[in-house]
Amino acid sequence: LLQPAVSVGNVGQLGIDLVISTLGMTKVGYFYTDCLVPMVGNNPYATAEENSVELSINAEVYSLPSKKLVVLQIRSPFIKNKYRPFCETLLSWVKSSKCARVIVLSSSHAYQRDDEQLLGTPLRYLLTPDLEKAVGGLMQELKWKEMEKVAAYPGINETEKVLHIPGGGITKLLFTESCSKGIQMAVLLKFCSEGDNIPDAFALVNYLNEWLQLIKSEVSTSNDSTDASSQWKIPSSWRLLFGNGLPPALF
Amino acid sequence: MATFFGEVVVAPSRAGVDDEEEAREETPEDREIRRELERKREIDVLWTLKSGASTESSADEPFACSKFIVAIGRNAAAFLSSFILDSVCWEVVGVVKLWNEWCRTSSTTNVLPTDSFCLFYRLISDPTVLLCQCSCYVAEDQQFQWLEKVFGCMQKEGLQVTILSTCPVADYKTQESTLTLPSPFLKALKTKEFKEEVCCPLLEQPNIVRDLPAA
Repeated sequence: LLQPAVSVGNVGQLGIDLVISTLGMTKVGYFYTDCLVPMVGNNPYATAEENSVELSINAEVYSLPSKKLVVLQIRSPFIKNKYRPFCETLLSWVKSSKCARVIVLSSSHAYQRDDEQLLGTPLRYLLTPDLEKAVGGLMQELKWKEMEKVAAYPGINETEKVLHIPGGGITKLLFTESCSKGIQMAVLLKFCSEGDNIPDAFALVNYLNEWLQLIKSEVSTSNDSTDASSQWKIPSSWRLLFGNGLPPALF
Repeated sequence: MATFFGEVVVAPSRAGVDDEEEAREETPEDREIRRELERKREIDVLWTLKSGASTESSADEPFACSKFIVAIGRNAAAFLSSFILDSVCWEVVGVVKLWNEWCRTSSTTNVLPTDSFCLFYRLISDPTVLLCQCSCYVAEDQQFQWLEKVFGCMQKEGLQVTILSTCPVADYKTQESTLTLPSPFLKALKTKEFKEEVCCPLLEQPNIVRDLPAA
């Protein structure tokens, strides 16, 4: 199961949009939940007149059987006090549907980084102990950086460390609950700030792709790096993210 | 984050998240306060029975309903008042009582157009046609409850629901200028079960509807 956390810059959600749009995933269901602000619109992944009039709501599930992939997309913010009920319901669904592993795409406030985190890659991962056993080695090979823990009481006691994901929404809650429930979960996150987060979304899905190989990444001849950016398909709903066109009367 | 002048401010995030608050453990006092607030924010749907007495809707059987028209927001409610409702053909059959930071409705059915209210009317000549005028704002955390309590009272087989609502033109996303849009500017969303003709074009991506009309 691949899903986003509603987090800073909505990077996880944008990433999921790219995955669903590029892989042409089919909608298989939705969550009828009181934990998210209601919203509805027409199909955000429409490519033509024929498929543009299907209604879409705030929490929907898509699947791609060929890759045994199920994706949950969340499209609106959480209602106050509803984080925990949502996480509990979600994780019990994960268990009851015998989902093998869960990957959460998320983000964290870039301004909260410490001196070391300011250097190098802004991408991080986390694995629950059950998943660590299975793929920990792969993470080493990919040279990925694990999310650092921070001091629980900075300035007073530097030895006690806790996981802190500012701006991550339900990420930390999902992760800690999964650890205690023995669920195989990975969190992939990027440090970012609010703004035009499309490049952040591309960075995050490319990161995901290094592991899951969802799409083929072309080796770029100019700088020898694998960069799949051009292979991801932007959904039609990303039009006009920053407002309408300018009225000619302005000039 | 630091602003241009060097002061540090906490920037609101689109994610709408305040995870510090969520992480804090609830004390018994917090729990009590939260429960009190929840009780205060509960919605009551009161139906007027044939005898004229008001009562809670809970245990009654769902009543037959073929068409349910819901007008959400002052403009839509005013539209119904001006063009549809009158005391000859329609009778008041219910009211929603709620409170939130923006408005409070009461259980009285005698309202002024400037009040916040949520009333149900029934067509006298065909009692399966129901109409709801909801000029009050139903808060995010109350929307689901409103939905369950109102629709919980009606039979859903063969039910056709029409929702009337308005949004500011400034929220409409389009490549063209909003100054040249035709008036009245109508857009629709429909479920695939709705087979009749829609009287106006469908809402194009990336526009969305939120809050109670969406619920």
